[in-house]
Amino acid sequence: MDIFDKLKILTDAAKYDVACTSSGVSRKSVAGGIGNAAAYGICHSFAGDGRCISLLKVLMTNACVYDCQYCVNRRSNDTQRTAFLPRELADLTINFYRRNYIEGLFLSSGVIKNPDYTCEQMIEALRILREEYHFNGYIHAKAIPGADHALITRLGMLADRMSVNIELPSQNSLKLLAPDKSKHSILAPMGHIQNRIRENSTDLVKYRQAPKFVPAGQSTQMIIGATPETDLQILNLTESLYKRYNLKRVFFSAYMPVAENAFLPSIDTNPPLWREHRLYQADWLLRFYGFAAKELLDQDNQSFNPYLDPKCNWALNHKEYFPLDVNRADYHDLLRVPGIGVTCAKRIVTVRRTAKLSFDGLKKLGVVLKRAKYFITCGGRFSYGLNFKENEILQSLLSPTALRLYQQNYGFLPKPEQLSLFDQPSLVSSQPTQEDILKCLTGQM
Amino acid sequence: MLNRSNVIYCYDGSFEGLLCCVFESYAQQEIPLDIATSDKCQTMLWPVKEILTNIQNAQRVQNSIAPKIGTAALDLVRRAFLTCFAQKELYILLFLRKGYRYGPAIMNMLTDEVVSPLFKAVKHLNKESELLRGFVRFSVFNNALVAEIEPKNFVLPMLKYHFCERYAEERFLIYDKTHGMGLIYQPYQAAIVPIEALDLPEADEYELEFRELWQLFYNTIEIQGRHNPQCRMSHMPKRYWKYMTEFGTQFRTRCNHDSSKSSSGRSTTSIAQAIWGDQVVEKK
Repeated sequence: MDIFDKLKILTDAAKYDVACTSSGVSRKSVAGGIGNAAAYGICHSFAGDGRCISLLKVLMTNACVYDCQYCVNRRSNDTQRTAFLPRELADLTINFYRRNYIEGLFLSSGVIKNPDYTCEQMIEALRILREEYHFNGYIHAKAIPGADHALITRLGMLADRMSVNIELPSQNSLKLLAPDKSKHSILAPMGHIQNRIRENSTDLVKYRQAPKFVPAGQSTQMIIGATPETDLQILNLTESLYKRYNLKRVFFSAYMPVAENAFLPSIDTNPPLWREHRLYQADWLLRFYGFAAKELLDQDNQSFNPYLDPKCNWALNHKEYFPLDVNRADYHDLLRVPGIGVTCAKRIVTVRRTAKLSFDGLKKLGVVLKRAKYFITCGGRFSYGLNFKENEILQSLLSPTALRLYQQNYGFLPKPEQLSLFDQPSLVSSQPTQEDILKCLTGQM
Repeated sequence: MLNRSNVIYCYDGSFEGLLCCVFESYAQQEIPLDIATSDKCQTMLWPVKEILTNIQNAQRVQNSIAPKIGTAALDLVRRAFLTCFAQKELYILLFLRKGYRYGPAIMNMLTDEVVSPLFKAVKHLNKESELLRGFVRFSVFNNALVAEIEPKNFVLPMLKYHFCERYAEERFLIYDKTHGMGLIYQPYQAAIVPIEALDLPEADEYELEFRELWQLFYNTIEIQGRHNPQCRMSHMPKRYWKYMTEFGTQFRTRCNHDSSKSSSGRSTTSIAQAIWGDQVVEKK
């Protein structure tokens, strides 16, 4: 088998891994070596599905001793198996890197023979890159659950970021679909990596030249929509992972049906892309906007609103916070206004030191007034000519796709009539009740 | 407050030349109607004043910026000069005049009618150079790396540090077709020089192999069930595709390579389909 076939098979098997970020570590080049790393991450291309390609994402081998039902590489799947030789992979990476195709390597693997052997193969490839080619680019390595801690430590010394996939959001689902894995076997390496990172940070305080262990931190990913967990469970899990394991990122991957199985959605289901999108929106709110998981979802609302993004949904449910005056409001309060993001909030805080802000000014700063205008005032006044008609509010707050969906489900846009801003039960409760739909259909609403 | 005169300043196109225009504006106590390079000045209706570049005057202006308006403002002005913003010269002049008046606070006045367009233009430049750090594609000729780009802004000075650091031991050339300039590097020396045109030799077998491997990777990594061309285009606008290897049409060797291996001798179309997917082949 030649390199073309190997690359095709091992890329095809790796493409369901979501993480392809190259951020989090800044490294200068060394004399005689090649490459550096930029903390902000660089995207080198975008695939036809719109996902960023910044790393050469391949498996070391797609042979696997495990039989996880959701995975294309499961033992029982009838597919062609192959493996990269460590040197082959290192050469390919360097040649791609030289031509600026990629930012580095993303190396994962099926488990061949046993976890330790797999880990050793990966270490050898990374060793050739780092020690023979003096490669200073980015390397993301998957920790193989079950491998010896010493091997994982060695892998972590060579890589910039490591990740252990949590795979499924609950212990029960794991037991059902991945009988060879357990919550403990996944969380153990995650905890080990976290401890080593912590030790390493104290080492670095003592010795500036101490070798760095996983300087870009660790991440994880889980599959959405293969098992019956609710958005609330997933979001709570995400939040606790950030808090307990100090993860840099939690990735979500909408389940692409790869096998016919009684426990899995049927093979012709579409991937739940909208749900994945909402989860990422909520993930951003957790990490950059100071939201807590319990603010976004609770026992009464266990799934995200299909029409509204989580921030807008929160704002509509908390009218007591609004309207805010942009010239006075605190930075953290500004972040909660739909249509104002981190960049805009920072700009607002900067600008209002020297001048008073008007709606024209806000537009220049990049605030999405279309959405924000319902929640903010400038100098105590709403935007001129602001119309609180439900029809217009809907058009402003819903994305075009969501608006289409809304029209499809309700058949028409509600009659234009004067309404109070937040009195929209059909929007606020994520699942409209039978009664609501009936009302809608009969035109009472 | 000064009234705008109806004079157009004409300068030589260099940053020093522009600083001399600033000097002249203060010396004559006037604000020009516009500032343009010599080649554009000749066709204009308004009276034109030729500003000769005087290094000493330029130096005086440049030295005054950091202490009076701050280093951030100097950096902004330098960057703004690289942008493709049509009236960048005039806006830089107006920005500096305001800056001398308000001091470093000018950098916070983002809603100002002079500051806002300038920041926007610089943002465009930053964004484009950020994208090009990823989208530049080198080809290896004779063990030297060569890449072509066609950016809107003059991004080479912005790319210089990044690529010189990344490929410290290589020899490379990035040719900017729009501005007819090239960034040339050989170990530990870099220069930006004018280049009229660039004729590249045919790529050798070794180079073609890696191009095809990359195309193969690019087409395989996509999850077909999530195909989303709109999303790709918003992240990677089509004007960059022209020089990117993944959209190249060089799969000649790949086809030879395949047919030599499989004795059944698959037709070119079927292999192209296997690599590119159905849509592309249909279009051709």
